[in-house]
Amino acid sequence: MDRIPILKLKNCLLISIQTDLHDLIITALQEDILTEIARTGARGVLIDISALDIVDSFMARTLRDCSVMATLLGAKVIITGIQPAVAITLVDLGLDLSGITTACDIDSGFDMLESMPGVFNSGRIVRRY
Amino acid sequence: MLAQSVKIEDESDILTSRRMVREIAIKIGFGIVDQTKLATATSELARNIYRYADNGVVYIEQIVRPPGIKVIFQDNGPGIDDPEEAMKEGFSTTPGSLGLGLSGAKRLVDDMTIESEAGKGTKIEIFKYLP
Repeated sequence: MDRIPILKLKNCLLISIQTDLHDLIITALQEDILTEIARTGARGVLIDISALDIVDSFMARTLRDCSVMATLLGAKVIITGIQPAVAITLVDLGLDLSGITTACDIDSGFDMLESMPGVFNSGRIVRRY
Repeated sequence: MLAQSVKIEDESDILTSRRMVREIAIKIGFGIVDQTKLATATSELARNIYRYADNGVVYIEQIVRPPGIKVIFQDNGPGIDDPEEAMKEGFSTTPGSLGLGLSGAKRLVDDMTIESEAGKGTKIEIFKYLP
């Protein structure tokens, strides 16, 4: 079975979903992300879905569950790049997506991660004089 | 007249059916939002076939009066005891599911009909008309 690569950058995991995924791969990805968080101690996870032109209830639910599970492991998940038509469809579908954090694109997703302690730095507050 | 059919036998067929619906929706002239809604509704209903009936067929047809698209989901699975109840939001027989399959799909299209009898399979038709 194909697997989606997970890259590590500083204390952060990067995942870019480039193709339409079927259910088994989505479920495997969720497990892989959680395993990698536990293995590396990553504090932030950025999942870019800008290449996806469809996100159905299964995919959305898995992304949401993954965010909640990652929180339990001490990591913050940010989903980036949701296409406008996908956002409209998800709301029409009636999904409760509270609990997921999103950003418009990878750039803004990184800005959010950067502002969190422990993701790109040690978590200590550094004073400069 | 555009028409296609996709057999639903394994998980990748769910992807094939939603891609096919999008392709035909593009040819008919639907915009990006309606294409996405149609493909998503198809994904939900094709997944229902795969999960509950094991296999079935998705038929995609262009319609002319009024102009639009019709997608039929047919299976010989266990059927739905109470189609009206099943269309309600939150209804699900699967633990952990949000129960959005049927009610969610219904909200993405202009019309949806269910014919089903316990033990005799299910036929769901969805319609989306050109704006």
